[in-house]
Amino acid sequence: MALNYEQLVAKYDPVLGLEVHVELNTESKMFCSCSTTFGAQPNTQTCPVCLALPGALPVVNEKAIESTIKIGLALNCSIAPYSRFARKNYFYPDMPKNFQISQYDEPICFDGYVDVEIDTDEGPQQFRIEVERVHMEEDTGKSLHVGGATGRIHGADYSLLDYNRAGIPLVEIVTKIVPGTGKYAPEVAKAYVAELRDILRGLGVSDVKMEQGSLRCDANVSLMLKGATELGTRSETKNVNSLRSVERAIRGEMLRHAEILETGGKVKQETRHFQEDTGLTRSGRSKEQAEDYRYFPDPDLVPVTPAASWIEELRATLPERPSIRRKRLQEQWAVPDKEFAAMVNADVLDIVEATVLLGADPTKARTWWLGEISRIANDQGVDIKELSITPSDVAELISLVASGDLTDKLARQVVEGVVAGEGKPSEVVAKRGIKVVNDDGALMAAIEKVCAEQAETAEKVRAGHLPAAGALIGAVMKETKGQADAARVRELLLGHLGQ
Amino acid sequence: MSTLSRDDVAKLAGLARIEMTEAELVELASQFGTILDAVARVQELNLDGVKATSHPQPLENIARPDVVMPSLTPEEALSGAPAQDEQRFRVPQILGEE
Amino acid sequence: MIFKNAADMAQALAAQEVSSVELTQAHLDRIAAVDGDVKAFLHVDQQGALAQAAAVDADRASGKAMSPLAGVPLALKDVLAQKGVPTTAGSKILQGWKPPYDSTVVSKLKDAGVVILGKTNMDEFAMGSSTENSGYGPTFNPWDLTRTPGGSSGGSAAAVSAFEAPLAIGSDTGGSIRQPAALTGIVGVRPTYGAVSRYGLIAYSSSLDQAGPFGRTVLDTAMLHEIMAGYDAHDATSINAPVPAVVAAAKSGNVKGMKIGVIKQLQGEGYQKGVQTRFTESLELLASLGAEIVEVDCPSFEFALAAYYLIAPSECSSNLARFDAMRYGLRTGDVDGASAEAVMAATRDAGFGREVKRRIILGTYALSSGYYDAYYGSAQKIRTLIIEDYAKAFTKADVLVSPTAPTTAYKIGEKVDDPMAMYLGDVATIPVNLAGICGMSLPAGLAEEDNLPVGFQIMAPAMQDQRLYQAGAALEAALSSQWGGNLITKAPALTGGK
Repeated sequence: MALNYEQLVAKYDPVLGLEVHVELNTESKMFCSCSTTFGAQPNTQTCPVCLALPGALPVVNEKAIESTIKIGLALNCSIAPYSRFARKNYFYPDMPKNFQISQYDEPICFDGYVDVEIDTDEGPQQFRIEVERVHMEEDTGKSLHVGGATGRIHGADYSLLDYNRAGIPLVEIVTKIVPGTGKYAPEVAKAYVAELRDILRGLGVSDVKMEQGSLRCDANVSLMLKGATELGTRSETKNVNSLRSVERAIRGEMLRHAEILETGGKVKQETRHFQEDTGLTRSGRSKEQAEDYRYFPDPDLVPVTPAASWIEELRATLPERPSIRRKRLQEQWAVPDKEFAAMVNADVLDIVEATVLLGADPTKARTWWLGEISRIANDQGVDIKELSITPSDVAELISLVASGDLTDKLARQVVEGVVAGEGKPSEVVAKRGIKVVNDDGALMAAIEKVCAEQAETAEKVRAGHLPAAGALIGAVMKETKGQADAARVRELLLGHLGQ
Repeated sequence: MSTLSRDDVAKLAGLARIEMTEAELVELASQFGTILDAVARVQELNLDGVKATSHPQPLENIARPDVVMPSLTPEEALSGAPAQDEQRFRVPQILGEE
Repeated sequence: MIFKNAADMAQALAAQEVSSVELTQAHLDRIAAVDGDVKAFLHVDQQGALAQAAAVDADRASGKAMSPLAGVPLALKDVLAQKGVPTTAGSKILQGWKPPYDSTVVSKLKDAGVVILGKTNMDEFAMGSSTENSGYGPTFNPWDLTRTPGGSSGGSAAAVSAFEAPLAIGSDTGGSIRQPAALTGIVGVRPTYGAVSRYGLIAYSSSLDQAGPFGRTVLDTAMLHEIMAGYDAHDATSINAPVPAVVAAAKSGNVKGMKIGVIKQLQGEGYQKGVQTRFTESLELLASLGAEIVEVDCPSFEFALAAYYLIAPSECSSNLARFDAMRYGLRTGDVDGASAEAVMAATRDAGFGREVKRRIILGTYALSSGYYDAYYGSAQKIRTLIIEDYAKAFTKADVLVSPTAPTTAYKIGEKVDDPMAMYLGDVATIPVNLAGICGMSLPAGLAEEDNLPVGFQIMAPAMQDQRLYQAGAALEAALSSQWGGNLITKAPALTGGK
């Protein structure tokens, strides 16, 4: 009998383990000077080192070391005074040396933590996720599997290998086991990955785009009976490509484990692949022989021993922690919780802050970005940051409205123009000849004209039927090419018609 | 006398991705006894408290600046390829997990 | 012309008494005459060498400033990548591979105008002490064509010994330059670890490998050493310090007041009588030149062979994983439906020889979980003890000495089926590699039992390579005056020439 989620969390406690891989945004690769630019023609960014030609030797990228230390510091880790690279030996065609240069028992950062806050039935709750280690390693090449039905590896006839991505710097962040999340395990995991993403973005060390693979999450889940002391068998889920997938994958695995355990079965320790369309995981190919990586210190690379003074210099460059910053901004801008959460979820916090820093009123900035501009982005099917409108544009717009040179309605036309690439707000206003008709005389002329043309409707209003005024106001707006202030038109019109 | 059986050697050959013939496995297993005895001598001394040396020279912090240098051309990169297609290395079907 | 020393050839070139093209052609002719018997070369780059020589002649004629060895020919061990020229590391798995890049050593040679005649034979992936493990057949010792020239740089040593080239480059991981030098009656040096770039040197054991020079005299070897060595940013284990003044030291050759330490563990029992006799005589000679002979005790050296045969196979099992038929080299077993894994495994079985497979399996075992601490881990600790023993010894002596090898050259086929017997030949050379210091072998004479060359080994602390040349030059001068010329003048004639 399959348990539903509520029943499952009443009977079992989930235990999590999260491994996140981050692609660093260095100019060159981890161990050679090839470019890291995304999207180049195949095998145009390779050299003897990243192709693993006989005789080639690695030399570590100093920026990668710096970025890794910054990540460790931002995650409250200790920085090892002495760490080494190790070889992880296994064979796979996308890994040219048939070993990966990584770190084993001497990682550069260790013993840190990340605090996250999630919404629970009892209100906001804090969780501390302990970070076991942060270490450096290199990425593999990319394979195209040809001949199979789905482009996946199973059933393919052959594969085509591109080594442009072989050797891209990766940082691996591994949590200690995370117990005690109960039914909120999926939310906690998602919040952890989101917070990591924000911290990394704030450090400027990576693009952290999950959809593009510069931030990857492997989720480990196991269940144990409430009150038990022994951990259950865990499964690892890969191919989790978005925050939402993190949540779904964990929830899905919890349900799958529960179903197995309830029917008296044993959970298999294996690697599974998350499937976006179904929200379920699929078993990876089981390995006949457990892989023995035969780690040993890489003899071609020398130990990394960062000076304490350098570490303190880097610590001083760390930006404000995202959660602290969020609290500060929410207070400064006096935004209610729900509206603030909406901004965070829509990922417009940075862009709104930039607008406010240029002098705009926070509420107005928020309204424009979350409202009209988000709508346009949605309609065009793009991310809000891809539109041609900038914080400076929006700040200008807001001040034009504040000074009366534009109405909100006209401002929306200006936004359209800016997004269409017609220039800055002032340029769009000039090009399109947009201006508020402030002149009461001109307005009265338009009002009188409309009332004459729609005498019947005007009579209705005179008779006290106010809603009818709407059509007349609309006609006046049309008459003034939308450049009149609708509120002022209404005022004058009603006055004119004795109301 | 420490030794490796033919099956032990076969397992190691699997890890090393070398498909050995039966004759090779048997021969290696027979030679390993003497060799293992000889190398096991490293266990004769009391090595407690002795640090391991993985690098003969005490170099540290050797790194390179994050600057891009020219790569090989794709022709050069693929020049040794046993098979290629569409400017990529063509390899037989991969059975292992991705 | 080909029987001159490299230094004399260089002088003749500088004085424009002979052109590099003439000199190169003379050596190509010699190779054509004798290499059918010696088999030192895997690939002779006739066109490339003559083109290099012509370019050097043109530069010289135009008045350009030339490097000391410009225009002098050299034989290159096939373990170093040379762009566009077949490079095999003595293995079938790289048959036909032409690197798209030059190793740093080759770049330096090209910049110096040295003419590379071709690539020489070697034990496959530098694993061996006799060149019998080559995938392309053995090389034969010019002193006695039924015997090995030693290994793994047997081809390079034989080429110099047979006058096919005045200079050669080899690599030394456990003695693979010094031992062949001893067995073929020439000079060979293994520089301090990190002094010569390993970028482009096909890796066997990364923490032990080093490329180094061969010559028929100590001065020739010094001149080549100075050109090959130097810091390289492409090699993270490269030492950023000036090359020691080895040429100046070779020219001074003075041992007055020098303390020479004889290592107790590296002599006596297990060493062939003639080898021991020549060694003792050389010591006496050095003493008569004003050196002080002392004895030093290095007890950990007893375990050096064991440590080496764990560290080197472990590192090589990982270094050789890249030979998988996917990106370069041999591909076999690629029949319908064969998986990548199957093709990898079939290729590696077909392409690697017995010794290589043996060491890969041993290394895989030593690194595997559960065995790491007992084997690889312990070996790296023995290494620390060896370094400490050397450090102690060097407080008592400026250089340390021993016979280079326990025996003279043995017959082809004599030890090839007995791996342990083969390994024992490295017992005197291995400690140098484990400690990362430098070592030289120079001819000490012939053993009376068999009239075959004996080598005298000199060792110096890291980055003190000039001490090797200082002591070596002194001994060489004294011995030469005893013999009436260099030992090599006593080498038997080969078909087609002296």
